Amino acid sequence: MAGGFLGATLVRLAPGFGVDAEELDSRLSDASIQALRQAHSSHRSLAGFYIHYMSQLARGNLGVSEIFHEPVQQLLAERFPETLKTVAIGLALGWAAGLALALIAVMSRAGFAGLLASLAASLLLCIPAAVLALLFVIAQAPGRLVVGLIVFPKIFHYARNLLERHAALPHVLTARAKGAGSLRVLLWHILPVAAPQLFALAGVSVSLAFAAAIPVEVLCDLPGIGQLAWKAAMGRDLVLLVDLTMIVTLVTLLANTAADLVTRPIGAGEP
Amino acid sequence: MKWIRVVAIVFLAGLAAVCVFARYVAPDTYAHQYRELPDAAPSSRHLLGTDDLGRDRLSRLIYGTRVSLLLAPAAALLSTLFAALIGGAAGFAGGWIETCVMAATDLFLSLPWLFLLITVRALLPLNVAPMASVAITFALLGCLGWAAAARVICADARTLCRSDIVLLARASGSGGFRLLWRHIVPNLRPVLLAQFWISIPVFILTEANLGILGLGVAEPLPSWGSLLRELESFSVFSAQPWLFAPLVLLIVTVSCFHLVMREREVWA
Repeated sequence: MAGGFLGATLVRLAPGFGVDAEELDSRLSDASIQALRQAHSSHRSLAGFYIHYMSQLARGNLGVSEIFHEPVQQLLAERFPETLKTVAIGLALGWAAGLALALIAVMSRAGFAGLLASLAASLLLCIPAAVLALLFVIAQAPGRLVVGLIVFPKIFHYARNLLERHAALPHVLTARAKGAGSLRVLLWHILPVAAPQLFALAGVSVSLAFAAAIPVEVLCDLPGIGQLAWKAAMGRDLVLLVDLTMIVTLVTLLANTAADLVTRPIGAGEP
Repeated sequence: MKWIRVVAIVFLAGLAAVCVFARYVAPDTYAHQYRELPDAAPSSRHLLGTDDLGRDRLSRLIYGTRVSLLLAPAAALLSTLFAALIGGAAGFAGGWIETCVMAATDLFLSLPWLFLLITVRALLPLNVAPMASVAITFALLGCLGWAAAARVICADARTLCRSDIVLLARASGSGGFRLLWRHIVPNLRPVLLAQFWISIPVFILTEANLGILGLGVAEPLPSWGSLLRELESFSVFSAQPWLFAPLVLLIVTVSCFHLVMREREVWA
């Protein structure tokens, strides 16, 4: 809620706020211009906007978008599933590739696979999400995969460092010395100890995926809330921006809370 | 692997020198238009060809590198300063001040960084002079990029405040500003330096993202973001591989920063 209001305050204080381009249309009469100004009057005062917004929100009404001239609920219902799909595919891909390659890098003794994965992750860390999206557009590849490529290097680097650290712990070395196999060491001695931190990373990766979804949806023309946020920001659509900021913040907080809830019992079970 | 880091430092130093002396190194100014040569292929006169307005791409790349490479550290300095002030003060004060400041920091962190940046950048005037757009873009990066660093600095400052050296300093009568300036700030320096180096590649990439989305540095002034925007017109059928020159330079530069950063982390 505070995040949404912070966004609304910035919009309200922005230069040019409250000026409608339609007012410059010379065909409009004075009465029509007055009617247009009246329609925007609820947004002119910051306190007035918040009170009006809160009263609407209490009735379950998220307001009407100024640039799309549609109820925000309807816009979100149309576009949120698209973003969820993009983020879910991206997260699944990023986590699957990142964690699998981190495990290979830590467990394999040759180190060649780890080196290759490390190089790929380092390269991807140096490419902006928007450039990856553009390259996918040029190659006519599915844009949703870009989110996965943005998430992958962070997961890989973090997971590899974490697993390497845990693989060097005394209890793991003891297990190895007693003749435990690689898979057993991994499943019984490394992963359970590293799990809380990996779950915490899962919460952070949701925020990362949502941020990556913005350039991806804009450049790959995917009709999700990333594209909606972009259009709302460009069109200075106050109501839509506040709603989107709140929803994105809420989703991120939910993901972090879920990660915390999962992590706590695991952490409590540790010696 | 130390030699790779030396190569990275030499590369960055060389690139910084080219940026500083861009006027003497670049074959042309970034805005000069050869109207008779739009979209020209690379030649001895224009090593990377010209863009659709007939501007020399190599010159624009050199000047664009100057904008991105010199201002990203400035933004990193600003954000590290904010993080040091906010995180350091919260860690030093402790109690409810730390709780409130960290709650605000968490709120900042819960908003996806690019989303926040796009929103705030779009709310500021878009039709501004090129130099003003540079200042706005990098000042925004500096002002909004403090949260993650502030968390780290706050945790370090808290640990430091409970350490033996601070306890001994307090016992010998040191307190307030003297304690902060003589004992806490010098011990926070390694983490501040690490945060500064970490921020530079992040800001370079973010500016590139903003530039591609049309919210970065305004034309005719080039930046890596605006130069990468040219990739929108790339087609596999009329392949112009020289359009990828800014991307290659960006990747190499950011990689060098990552390599140097690892060195700094080791020092820290």
